Amino acid sequence: MIPTLSGRIQTRIWLILFVGIPWTLVITPFLPNNRDLIGGSSLVDTYKTTFSVLGIVLVLAVFGWEWLYHFLQQFRWEKDWPVIFSLFLVVPEAIVAKLVFNALDIGMKFNATAKDATFWWHIGTTWIVMWLFVLGPIKVLFIRWRFSGGRIFF
Amino acid sequence: MSNDMISTPASVLGEEMEAAPPAPTPGDLNDELIRTSIWTDDMLYRAGIPIIDVPLVSCGGGMGSFVLSNYLRIAGADTSQVRILSNIEYPWQTYEYLTKVSQIPRPERLRSDSQGMPDCLWGFPSYALREARKEKKLFPIWNVLTEPIFADYWTPRAGTVFAGLEKEVARTRYNEMLVLGQVRMVRRRNGGGYFTILTPPPGSSATRRIAYRSQYVHLAIGYPGLKFLPDLQEYRTKYNDLARTVNAYEPHEHIYEGLLAKPGTVLVRGGGIVASRVLQRLMDDREKKGAQTQILHLFRTYYSGRHNKWGFAKRRGAHGFAFQGFNAPKSAWGGQHIEQMLKLEGKARKDLYDLTGGAHTPYRKYWLDQMKRGRDQGWYTTYQGEVTDVRPSPNGVVTTIRQNNGSMATLEAQIILDCTGLEADIREHRIYADLLEHSGAGRNPLGRLDVDPSFEARGTRSGTGKLYASGSATYGGYFAGVDTFLGLQLSAQRITDDLAKQGFVKRIGIARSISSWWKWMRHKQI
Repeated sequence: MIPTLSGRIQTRIWLILFVGIPWTLVITPFLPNNRDLIGGSSLVDTYKTTFSVLGIVLVLAVFGWEWLYHFLQQFRWEKDWPVIFSLFLVVPEAIVAKLVFNALDIGMKFNATAKDATFWWHIGTTWIVMWLFVLGPIKVLFIRWRFSGGRIFF
Repeated sequence: MSNDMISTPASVLGEEMEAAPPAPTPGDLNDELIRTSIWTDDMLYRAGIPIIDVPLVSCGGGMGSFVLSNYLRIAGADTSQVRILSNIEYPWQTYEYLTKVSQIPRPERLRSDSQGMPDCLWGFPSYALREARKEKKLFPIWNVLTEPIFADYWTPRAGTVFAGLEKEVARTRYNEMLVLGQVRMVRRRNGGGYFTILTPPPGSSATRRIAYRSQYVHLAIGYPGLKFLPDLQEYRTKYNDLARTVNAYEPHEHIYEGLLAKPGTVLVRGGGIVASRVLQRLMDDREKKGAQTQILHLFRTYYSGRHNKWGFAKRRGAHGFAFQGFNAPKSAWGGQHIEQMLKLEGKARKDLYDLTGGAHTPYRKYWLDQMKRGRDQGWYTTYQGEVTDVRPSPNGVVTTIRQNNGSMATLEAQIILDCTGLEADIREHRIYADLLEHSGAGRNPLGRLDVDPSFEARGTRSGTGKLYASGSATYGGYFAGVDTFLGLQLSAQRITDDLAKQGFVKRIGIARSISSWWKWMRHKQI
């Protein structure tokens, strides 16, 4: 599948909503955390933190990253690049998301139950699950997806 | 078939079936039918041609018909609702013939994406995964993850595709839909729908023709015809020399055998995938089997570097060849290329075709290395030029060319191998010719059959009936990748969705797709 700009944004939104959210629900209790150290903090706080991270990733992608990727691919004749690139893109995306996370002081807002490792493990595993989903299963759910540049909703 | 055309199994079988019977047979076409564009049921009764009713008829029976039938079956059509009228016995018969003679036997690799799977509607798990599992190797997976930057595009072996098709033919009960015979014409029916006239194989029917009355018709009859280059055809006719000018789509194994036995010079013409394949065969024979062949290679358009700017990108080229992974830029199968095309009509569309089409071949390191050795060691030489004359000489055939700088040159070879894959005009095919003349069909900016985005042939609608087409005849439409596995799937999907809108089949939504895929995974017959 070679995406169009609209298709890549739609695919990203769908992945965060329907793969990222379920995965976050499952993985959050098992992520490294500070709950033992801080009295009164709960799993709910960690959930609030991880969901905020998903939100940051989504907003940055929809308004930033996907436009950049689309622009860069204009320099390629086939308008594609290796699938493995999409896996490695987690590095810049996670770093920028972490900077935003810190700047907005989100960790503190939710009782600081999350530590750096919480962030990295959450974003890293979520990314891999979403990436694997795009490699195959998404084509079984949406048979038109690969022929419409990744569009799902419209 | 005119004599400048190359025979394929379909054309040979078709001509046999179409041959006039020794004695007049009842139920034949009459003047009234031939002359009238829109037929009534009565006209067929008068001619004594029996009528068979079926909701959808697909003419061709090759890869295009198969892929559509696959979609329709998965979308809920029963085998009784579809008839595939064909002069070949299994869908890949013509395809396998063409790949084999053009030097892709079953163990060799096609030029097709790992997910372009005519035997799997979903393209998942891909051919690369299939091969990795079967051969217990991780390499194919690594390749598809890193292509096209760190590896050349991975492509499946021809044999893998044919074996998969065989299974899917059985699983979807394709043969229950297949009717052997030669399609003669499709005409609109007064009152809606179409009549498709079939000439059954001699002796299999009481009448010479049978008419299929259907609401929908699908045309997937493949290439209108493969032609010899005009200058080579002229040479063949004028000097009656068929031995020394050969088309890559003709059986020509004897040429390679001859060159192994006795050194010779070959002139290869064309800069596409077939030329690459033929060069590889000639060079492999030289490097592995000790042939002493001298190879001259003539390009009409010679690319020495990047060319054809599209957006910010230019296409790669070197040593004569233009490089492109597949028949069209990869984004033609659903990405920016098709998105752009959908907005283009007439000349603007043709311009984008010119920019991203032409003769091109995939970038494969093996080929480039081999050609470099050939150039370094002096047994492979490339030329650019327009052919002005071809004539016999004591040592073979002399080709005179006019080069870009205006100078003339002569190339002498024992054999000329035409790898240009020139396709005939659609009018050369009787079914298209009839369609253009009687059924309102038109031509697209490249002169082939004009279809809309759902692959309905524009101008051919008949009441509530619709006529669709897919495959090479529709090249020049909004979608440039029509003549590929993935392209046939894209076309079939659009046609099936359109048929679902009219209530002929169910729309393949999420639930149907998942359950059908699960059946596919378990090889469960449907």
